[in-house]
This record gives sequence, structure tokens and C-alpha cells, in this order.
Amino acid sequence: MTNTTTDLTRATAAQLADLLAAGQVSSVEVTQAHLDRTTAVDEQVHAYLHVAGQSALAEAAEIDRRRAAGEPLHRLAGVPIAVKDVMTTVGMPTTCGSKMLEGWIPPYDATVVAQIKAAGLPILGKVNMDEFAMGSSTEHSAYGPTRNPWDLERIPGGSGGGSSAVVASFQAPLATGTDTGGSIRQPAAVTGSVGTKPTYGGVSRYGLVALASSLDQAGPCARTVLDTALLHEVMGGHDPRDSTSIDAPVPAVVEAAQRADIKGMKIGIVKELTGEGYQAGVSARFEESLQLLVDAGAEIVEVSCPNFRYALAAYYLILPSEASSNLAKFDAMRYGLRVPPTGIDHPSAEQVMAASRDAGFGDEVKRRIILGTYALSSGYYDAYYGTAQKVRRLIANDFDRAFETADVLVSPTAPTTAFRLGEQLDDPMAMYLNDVATIPANLAGVPGMSLPSGLADEDGLPTGLQILAPAMQDQSLYSVGAALEAALTDRWGGPLLDRAPDLTAKGA
Amino acid sequence: MAELTRDDVAHLAGLARIDLSEAELDRMVGELGVILTSVAQVQQADTDGIEPMSHPMPITNVTRPDEVRPSLTADEALSGAPESELQRFSVPRILDED
Amino acid sequence: MTTTVDEVLPYDEALAAFDPVMGLEVHVELGTNTKMFCGCATTFGAEPNTQVCPVCLGLPGALPVVNAMGVESAIRIGLALNCEIATWCRFARKNYFYPDMPKNFQTSQYDEPIAFNGYLDVEVPGEHGEEPWTYRVEIERAHMEEDTGKSLHVGGSTGRIHGAEYSLVDYNRAGIPLIEIVTKPLTGAGERAPQVARAYVAALRDLLKALDVSDVKMEQGSMRCDVNLSLRPKAGEPTSPEQAAVPLGTRSETKNVNSLRSVERAVRFEICRHAAVLSNGGSIVQETRHFHEDTGATTSGRIKSDADDYRYFPEPDLVPVAPSREWVEELRATLPENPAEHRRRLQTEWGYSDLEMRDVLNAGALDLIERTVAAGASAQSARKWWLGEPSRRANTEALELVAYADQVGLTPAYVAELQSMVDAKRLNDKMARQVLEGVLDGEGAPTAVADARGLELVQDDGALEAAVAKVIEGNPDVADKIRDGKVQAAGALIGQVMKEMKGQADAGKARELILSTLGEG
Repeated sequence: MTNTTTDLTRATAAQLADLLAAGQVSSVEVTQAHLDRTTAVDEQVHAYLHVAGQSALAEAAEIDRRRAAGEPLHRLAGVPIAVKDVMTTVGMPTTCGSKMLEGWIPPYDATVVAQIKAAGLPILGKVNMDEFAMGSSTEHSAYGPTRNPWDLERIPGGSGGGSSAVVASFQAPLATGTDTGGSIRQPAAVTGSVGTKPTYGGVSRYGLVALASSLDQAGPCARTVLDTALLHEVMGGHDPRDSTSIDAPVPAVVEAAQRADIKGMKIGIVKELTGEGYQAGVSARFEESLQLLVDAGAEIVEVSCPNFRYALAAYYLILPSEASSNLAKFDAMRYGLRVPPTGIDHPSAEQVMAASRDAGFGDEVKRRIILGTYALSSGYYDAYYGTAQKVRRLIANDFDRAFETADVLVSPTAPTTAFRLGEQLDDPMAMYLNDVATIPANLAGVPGMSLPSGLADEDGLPTGLQILAPAMQDQSLYSVGAALEAALTDRWGGPLLDRAPDLTAKGA
Repeated sequence: MAELTRDDVAHLAGLARIDLSEAELDRMVGELGVILTSVAQVQQADTDGIEPMSHPMPITNVTRPDEVRPSLTADEALSGAPESELQRFSVPRILDED
Repeated sequence: MTTTVDEVLPYDEALAAFDPVMGLEVHVELGTNTKMFCGCATTFGAEPNTQVCPVCLGLPGALPVVNAMGVESAIRIGLALNCEIATWCRFARKNYFYPDMPKNFQTSQYDEPIAFNGYLDVEVPGEHGEEPWTYRVEIERAHMEEDTGKSLHVGGSTGRIHGAEYSLVDYNRAGIPLIEIVTKPLTGAGERAPQVARAYVAALRDLLKALDVSDVKMEQGSMRCDVNLSLRPKAGEPTSPEQAAVPLGTRSETKNVNSLRSVERAVRFEICRHAAVLSNGGSIVQETRHFHEDTGATTSGRIKSDADDYRYFPEPDLVPVAPSREWVEELRATLPENPAEHRRRLQTEWGYSDLEMRDVLNAGALDLIERTVAAGASAQSARKWWLGEPSRRANTEALELVAYADQVGLTPAYVAELQSMVDAKRLNDKMARQVLEGVLDGEGAPTAVADARGLELVQDDGALEAAVAKVIEGNPDVADKIRDGKVQAAGALIGQVMKEMKGQADAGKARELILSTLGEG
């Protein structure tokens, strides 16, 4: 039984789906196997903020019953999933990694969560993140950092470090993520997993606790390109509750992942996203991947996106501005933490708000709220927010021009491999630089994926390759991703994550 | 280069309704100064004649029909309230009408 | 909090030295079925927090979607106000913290209103023998936004905000669609500024009602007016070069003035208050003020400061609104008759003199009369009834006639019913007035009041004949005069017959019978 359990957690979502469909395994067994794995390893990893074992098993049993009754089920029905704690879930706490929302149980499901439930995926629990998705390491979570399964002293990326770590440590085959500036892709890169930020509007934002509304996009996290595509399909689609949702069918991502055909495809290297500033091992794995893509029939072209150099600056004006407004609702009046100010008798609402927001928000959140408040304030709006929005247009224009010569663009996902916990905690600017390659896609709204490109020679830690496609051409990510994954897996002689330490062996 | 004083940060914290401690104020002045210097780089871009971009996708006219949908129950609405009374959210005294 | 009593200058003196400049901001709650950004119902008076959802409660993760009817109504209002309609505009967030505003920003429009650059011609009634005057109110903009929740202040004195221990918030109203209509600075009204303000708000109310976009009940807060006022020295005689160089004085903003009468009084009071301050060499503080119905005075509210830095930015959760020109023209075709033209048409149809029409308008009875006529009454009788006792009582209670009628339950249908009873000779005029009083006292419909009070003309001719015979017999001298052709003497006998009949007789019929009995019929 222990062997079966281990095997089930090692299986991909697609394999589990096949086993379930063939009746070789039940959803209860699959779900229990993952819960057991969590019991075994999550004390070390700390991916989960809330484990929903009972409800997950109940849902699994229900799916098993429906399957036995011969009901038509979604392909992924019965395959368990972990949900990022930024998505509202009825009956489960939704904290966004913040003290502000400790214990808050939403009265409604995010559309993405509703779609996951409708497809019959048992939800294993809610996974950790940087507070309100602000960070690149999960160290800004009020509930303690998540650790990288490759090296428990290192960060799993952020903000979606819970999502990346949960799949990389085999506690779940699938997880949801959200990506405002790289929060799906950078964690995927540093944990040797796969993650996609779909085209802005491709996945509903309804029920995602907003960080920056015009940048946020939910997407899938998994260990393989195909699994990512399968989850992408569940999460995507038009939602009338989200005004910015694209009213079009989900791009044919699963088909693209299965065909993995890139013959004749033009793949552009963004000059501004390579070279200086990238760790040697990251660059080396990137170069090797390019050669594999050429071998698979693609053509490499070089493109220039000169305004990308302003992307980080524009991003750190637009994001804090929108966030300062989005987070204003956390005021201790209707939900969340209420803390009276010290030393004031009979305080006013205003004083209770200010005291609660000081007590409930962590440092990074406060920094960004103050920064955003400044960027929007009268007299500074034009110089900061207004200019950042113009730069945003320039970056979108750069993408448009680049996609005239290339079908997709590629770059290393993150400049470095996973850094050590605490290493960048006191240096906000250094932390921000982790997202330098992922941010342009959020500014322009185009889709992006990160997948493993190998291990850096200098530290033996995973490196990631980023693929960017034109808006609403998400399937191209999967064509390229699947082709590269096949070539790399072949070269490695198996999935990269097979080389990650077996956490259960530790201390045994 | 943007200069941000301690008073500026205190003022912004007031606008943002965050009761920063003295120590937090001291720390944040320095941190924000560094960040502001960096983000001010946007001003070096050639943005003459460029339209600001507020939305990534050029979608317009998304509306819904004027049809009533079910509301939450009062219990659901008040479920997260720190305090409630008479089926209303109880909040500390309000200083002034707007 | 101490309330200081402001000094005021007599109105005539104020106007001798200064010209008032007004700006009026009117908020109208639309009568849509659902809120501006979510599908919650908008029913007035529902149980607290039963018309709320994640969106209008500002729960984390919720997103707004624009109510199509909200946009349509906004465009129709804009067109009716002769505005240009934006080809492309966005919503914006107005950021400030307040407990009755769930998101701590109001979704509004900032520099891209849906409608702008319009006007409304307003007929200012003549008073003290002045001619009626048409004043063109220039409209700056009309934009879409959402309402806030409502707070109940507990503890302290009489539910007021000051001194309250805590507050209880109901978010049913939060998110109800509002259209804010803002005038350009209104100048040149001079001493008639208060009447202009009132006439504008009244005209706007009529227009919105005709558009059927709002129930425009000022007393329920579905239409609210903010009065901005400043004074500038009378043109041509600046007291100093500096003064002449400043085109507009500092303004005060009197919030939530909630009746036509209050609008007029608030403007008048602020003119007198500003004049007193300026004449004493003081300067006006830029602040919000509150109007008090009981005293007719305004008191200081919140001083405008740089805390009013609303940090507007385009609402990223909503996409731009870009009404096609075809749609705008379709909506233009649905506009009702302009209320001023409508009034002219009705006056002709009803055959009212200018004086009668003016009285009707001043009494705010036009709509009531129109509905009474529609219910079957003649125009003259409808006017007579509405301008009588109901207007008198409304005035005593300082209520708009419409509001008063609403309060006591007097409907146009009732007035028509009353008149039909007169026409059918079930009631004479005096009895009808008694029945009306019964209706106003809450005794029910006219028929019910007449029944309950036993008011009904005696239809039995025998009783009348007997009374006539008795009166003739008792007054032989008068009877002789009538027989001699002095028909006017019949009046004395009619009075006695009516007395015999305890008032429940048709005087006309009595007269007929007297004359015919005496051979003069």
C-alpha cells in the first residue's frame, strides 16, 4: 500500500485521470495518497495554510460514486488539486497569507473554484503565498515561509510558492496560481515545475482577492506541460461576472500540448531579457534549450524590445497604485481583523481602521500601499502613475513589433536559481528584480509559461525557461513547452523532479 | 530624483489609513526613497504623444441586463463582521459625515 | 462640538454689494431594478443587509459589472439636458475611507463623464408682479456613480452623528446607481438666485420624472442637492484691484439639501452669511456645510483640506463605455416631450389663464392635476381641489404638495372620484369639502368617507318638495315678491330650504323647485 501511495503521488494528473477512467484506482485512494504525503512532508515544506482532508475525501467519494453510476465526468474528475489562498472558497478560510484575513471564511466561491468543483476535482486545501501576493519568496506570508523541496533552506518563489512547492513536493499533482508580475512563472522556475499565466482575461478574476486588477491573472501550476494544459482548460473561459473576461473559447491548449509541434515556428530571443544580470547556470541551460528547439524544427530569431528596460519601474508604480486602492477595503468594519488602537479611550472608526491596518498588514504590504498612495496623489499622478501607463503602452507596442517577426518569444524565467531564505528580505529592490523577465507579459496582458530547463551547474538547482505568446494565442506556449519538455526529458532520462530530494527519507 | 520626507510618509500613511509607528516611519522613509529613485526611471522613457494604457485588452461595453439576482442572506453578509447588531454591521463612532 | 451662530447680512444689503455665483450638484438615484454594478435589488425600505452581495459589500475578490440600464438612463438624462454624449469614457475610482462605503473607494467617473456641455432652460416664476423669466442653466456634466450605505448612530443624543457611541451600517443602499448632474457656475441671477436654484431643481425633477428614470423623491433621498455658493463684488465697482482680479470668491458647499424650499432657503442663507463675513473683512472658509430645515440656517461641517486627495484613477475592473452613435440616436428618439413644452400644451388643452397656470406651477400641482384629469375630472375642478385645502395644509406643514399628498394618501384618483360624486349630484360643494377633509384626515377613499360621515345629497324629491312648501308657507312676503318677478329674492328661501334639509340637498334643485312652485320656473 505504501508503494501504491508513493506511486500515485508521483503520477501526473493525466496519468491519474487515465487510471481513474479505467477504474484501476479510486479518487478516494488518489486523494488519500496525497493527504498522506502532506502528513509526511508538509511539516518541512509548509506549503499548506489549510488542509481540507475531510471535504476532499467526501468529494472524491462522490466522484467515485458518480463514476460507478456511469455518469459522464470531466477528464480530470477525481484528480485532487491545491488552491492558492488568494481564491475565495466557501467553507474554507481564505487568508491571502495575511493576518488581516485570519479565519475569514468567504460566503462565495471564486469562479475558478466553482469551475474546479464543477469538474469534480477534490480540493485538498489552501496553499501559502506572500501576503496579498506581494513578493517573490513567500517570506512575506504572515504564516511563515514555504520552503523549496529542492533545498529546504531556499525559497520556493513567490508569491505562489505554496503552489509551486505543493506540486514539486508531490503533495498535489495540480495547483492553482495567480500571476501579477511572475507569481506563477518564477515559483515554477525555481522549483522545477511548470506554470502558465494565461492571456489577461483568459481566466476569470472573480473571487481572486485582487492585488493589481489590470495585471492579475490566474493560471495553472503542475509538473508537466500537459497537466498544466488540462488544468488551464478547466480554469479558463468567459465569465460574465468579470468585465475584463475575454468572451471567446479557451485556446486549444490541450491539443497543442499533445501535438507538441513546432516545425517551422519562429522563436524570438528578447535581447533585453538575456545576458548580463543572469546567473551563469541559468544562461547555460537557456542556451541548451534553444538548441533543442532548433533540433525540433524551430527557427531562432533575435528581437529587441527596447522599452522592457522600463518595465520594472512601470510595474512598481502601477501595481502599488492599484493595490493601494484594492486593499483599502480591509478596514476592520465588515470582515477581517479589528484591533483597537492602544492608549485611546473610545476610539473612532477612523482610529480603529488605522490601527487595524497597521496591525493586520505586513511590512511589504504597507510599503506598497504607501508607494501607491504617493504615485496616485494629486501633483504626482502625471509624473508617476500617468507616465507608468504610457510606458505600459510602449511595452505593449514592443511586444506587437516583436510578434511581427516571431511566433513566440523566449527568455530565462528568473535571473537566478532559488536564493536562500532571508537573503533578500531586507532589500526590497533586490527582491523586485526577480521578476524582471516576467513582468513585461503582465503589463501587456500576453500569456507566458515557465517550464524547467535543467539544473544550474554551480548550485544544482532548477532553472526555468519562459515562453511568451501573443494575446489569445496561449496554445503556442503549449506547443513550444511540450516540444521542449519532450526533448529535455529525453536528455535527462526522466522528469527533472525525479532528481529532487526525497523528503520522507530525511531524518529517517 | 524624488525626495520623500518623513512628514510626507506620515501624510501618505494618514491618507492610506495606516497608523505607522515611529520606528516604521523611520524605516520606511529610507526604503521608499530607494524604491522611488528606481521607479522614477519611467520618466526617462520617450513617452511623448503616447496614450496611457489602463487596460491590457481593448474590450469595451461590457454590461449586464438589469435583472435581479439573488443576494446573500443577512446572516451570510454579516458572517465575517467583527461586530453586528440589529442585522447591521456595528462600527465604532464615525467622526463626521462626508 | 460647539455650534456657533453665524452672522448674516440682510438680504437686500448683501445683494447691493455682491453678486452670487452658484453651482448646483444634484445626485439622482436611478429607478433601475438592480444596483449599478451587481444584480442586487434596489427596493426601498427592505430589511437591513438583505439586498447585498459580495460585490456591493466590497468582499475580497468580488468584481463589478455595469448595469446596462444605468448607462442607458445616464445617456437619456444627458440627451434631455442637451449634453454631448461621450464616444468613449471610463469609470474611475474615487479613493477615500468611510465606513458606509464598502470598498473605501467610490466607483464614479472623473475626467471622462458620459455626458457633458449641456443646458436646461428654466422658467423662474415671477413674484411680486415680476414677469416670469427664462434662465439658461449651463450643465457642466452628468456622470454615473454609486450610492453608499446608511448608518444608524447609536448613543449620544437623538441619533445624531456627533456624540454617538457607535454606528450600525446597512449596505442595502450601497451600489444603487446615481447620476450626478453638475452645473457650470451660474452667474447673473442676482437677487433671484434663490428662485433660480429652486426653479432649476424643480425643472430637473420634472425632467427626470418625465424620463421615467427615477422616482425623484427628495424626501426619501432619491434626489439630493448640494449647493455651492460664492460671492463676488458687484461688477463694475471692485473695492480693490486685488478683488477685481479674483473672478470667483471662495465657495462653501452645503450638502444634501433635500427639498425645493430648502434649496431656495439655503442659497438665500449662504448669500447673507457670506456677505456678512466678507463685509467684515473676513474670508470664507472652503468647507462643507449642513442645512437645517428647522432654522433655515447652515452650520459648518468639514473643512476641505488636502485630505481630500481622492487619488482618482481609471477603474481597472471595468472596461470603457463607448456608446455607438446609432444607439445614442435611438435613445434620443425615446425622449419624452420637454416639460416646458409639455406645460404649454397642457395650459392650452386645459384652457387655464396664465395666472391660473402660474398658481398651479407654484403649488407644484401640475403633475397631480394631469393625473387627476386623466382619471376623469375636468381641468378646472382638478385645479380647484388641489389648490384648495391640500395646498393649504401642505404649506402649513412645510411640505411639497406632492409629498404631502403622498403622506396623507390623497391620490389623483381620489380627487377625480370626489369630483365625480359632485357631478353625479351625490354631494354638493360644501359636502364635498367635508369629504375631502375626511380623506386628508386619513379616513379613506371619498366614497368611504361620505358613507361613514353620512354625507349624501337627499335624492328624494318628495322631501325637498315638502321642505319647499314649508318654507314658502312660512315666508308669504318673500313668496309674493318672487311671484311679482323678483327672482333674486329666492336666495333667502333657498337658504332656509337647505337648513330644513340639514344641508343635504342640491341647492340648484331647491331653487328650481321654489321658482316653479311660485310660477316663475
